[in-house]
Amino acid sequence: MQHVSPIREPLVTGGKTYHDITEDVCRQVEAKPNARWAAALAVALVGLAIFIYSVYRTLWYGIGEWGLNKTVGWAWDITNFVWWVGIGHAGTLISAILLLFRQKWRTSINRAAEAMTIFAVICAAMFPVLHMGRPWLAYWVLPLPNTFGSLWVNFNSPLLWDVFAISTYFSVSLVFWYIGLIPDFATIRDRATGPIARRAYAVLSMGWTGSAKAWSRYETVSLILAGLATPLVLSVHTIVSMDFATSVIPGWHTTIFPPYFVAGAIFSGFAMVLTLMIITRKVFFLEDYITLEHVESMNKVIILTGSIVGIAYTTEFFIAWYSGVEYEQYAFINRAFGPYWWAYWSMMTCNVITPQLFWFRKIRRSLTATFIISIFVNIGMWFERFVIIVTSLHRDFLPSSWAMFSPTIIDIGVYVGTIGLFFTLFLLFCKFFPVVNMAEVKAILKSSSEVKHHHNATMHSTDKGLNTNRHHNE
Amino acid sequence: MNKKFVLGIYDDEDVLLTAIENIRAAGTKIYDVFSPYPVHGIDDVLGIKRSRLPIVAFFGGLFGMSFALWMQIWMLGFDWPMIIGGKPHIALPSFIPVTFELTVLCSAFSMVITFFIVSKLKPSLKVNVFDKRSTDDKFVMAIEVKEGVTDMSALNNLLRSNGAIEVNEKEVVK
Repeated sequence: MQHVSPIREPLVTGGKTYHDITEDVCRQVEAKPNARWAAALAVALVGLAIFIYSVYRTLWYGIGEWGLNKTVGWAWDITNFVWWVGIGHAGTLISAILLLFRQKWRTSINRAAEAMTIFAVICAAMFPVLHMGRPWLAYWVLPLPNTFGSLWVNFNSPLLWDVFAISTYFSVSLVFWYIGLIPDFATIRDRATGPIARRAYAVLSMGWTGSAKAWSRYETVSLILAGLATPLVLSVHTIVSMDFATSVIPGWHTTIFPPYFVAGAIFSGFAMVLTLMIITRKVFFLEDYITLEHVESMNKVIILTGSIVGIAYTTEFFIAWYSGVEYEQYAFINRAFGPYWWAYWSMMTCNVITPQLFWFRKIRRSLTATFIISIFVNIGMWFERFVIIVTSLHRDFLPSSWAMFSPTIIDIGVYVGTIGLFFTLFLLFCKFFPVVNMAEVKAILKSSSEVKHHHNATMHSTDKGLNTNRHHNE
Repeated sequence: MNKKFVLGIYDDEDVLLTAIENIRAAGTKIYDVFSPYPVHGIDDVLGIKRSRLPIVAFFGGLFGMSFALWMQIWMLGFDWPMIIGGKPHIALPSFIPVTFELTVLCSAFSMVITFFIVSKLKPSLKVNVFDKRSTDDKFVMAIEVKEGVTDMSALNNLLRSNGAIEVNEKEVVK
């Protein structure tokens, strides 16, 4: 194996061979779960229990269990919905847009990021469905022959566009993810020793043999799915933002929302990928595959999208002033200095100031700093949605209908619960599915990995793989 | 009927690519090549034609788009006309999001389903893999042995001289 680029750092370190990749990635699928994983799952299951209890209360007693009132008809539910959907976006971005741009660094992280997308969208979908109050009638949002009702669904409503956008997004992401998993399932199948594992992975791998013809088609399918998923990512959050932008509420009725929401989604999504990857590489010993180079690349995306979000906040303020609409002006002054000032300034601190620290290379390449900042970004992006929704609703045109919103314990329970649900799913994924896309990492190994210096271990400690051209591996 | 194959095992993609070229040039037909990852350039040397799946994706998308437009125009324009927000019955701009989503959905699904069908991928318990190492770290070239051929040494030599680290025989029950 050799690394031939004099400019770029190696993406796979530790002088791996193809077989090493198989061993390293299959290890946690085949071995008994390690203690750290079991401990994490126990915590996640507590979260899941909270989720189940809170959903039970919401369904049994109704939406009155939540803190919503006549003025603030949407609060935590839609905040959480937009937050989760946004988190999902990084997965598709990494797997689709970076594939189109031929970015090799996506290969080690795309699998886990796509899994994150799937699970985040599942969590997101919980909120609009629960918010309906009667979720067992959720199928009414579909354009079904309406012998049970009186009309067809309203295709002029962004809420309906959301139904189509989210379900398409979910199903296309799921298919994209599964197609990518098939060759790796085949690898696990061919290594499996137990009868259950052999059968399970035989079914999951769909009889994949890795023939040249199949690979050729596989690559075509991946490329086109990436091409389809790329505008899909942009459309989903654009449509989510239209839920707000097509209304007449001051603070919502703005044309900046679609691009601003998309940037925010990528911002929060990359933060969540970083949070998860920093833990995953540690727990499953994948430091050679998810390297500082990967972390740094993602941090650069965070700087870019964080700055776009910062500009969007400023632009909103400028336009509110420049439009001369007094309701609009009031809405923004109320955001920054009204009763929810703390939410606004938490958002500003977490989203605009903290990511700027990544301009320093030292911070960009520090795992501890990255981990802390990624958590800050996750919190900040949650506050962004809260600020948009609650501060715009709680004081609108009529002072007689002004009100405050405070969450109930059930509100908090459902939100914390979805985090439990998310981590339960993610941990199960880590145990039973290969976390790193073995086939794709093997494909970049020759061009982007570190040389194996079995005879001269001191060599690469000095040159850090930067001029390791043309050293042949045994 | 049983089919007999000779398998050449390779451990380097560049050696494999040269070997394919040489063996095809020598007039030997290669049944298939199995690799743990997509080897770039293998399509050309093996003579694999470009996949026509993009065409399927295009027509799937076209179908999705037509269906979505027809559905919305018929439902809101003809079957149950309603004025919503002062818009005309057939408000094309607000039909665009749903049309876009269904275009993508039908395009993706038609292509993926076709991919599964033409590549004969389906959930099955028994999988006939020539050499299990081909999903791990080895590249396997399979050459079908014609009936009546008993002298295997020629094939063996051909594969070995082109860099195969190992040559095996395998019979497959059809």
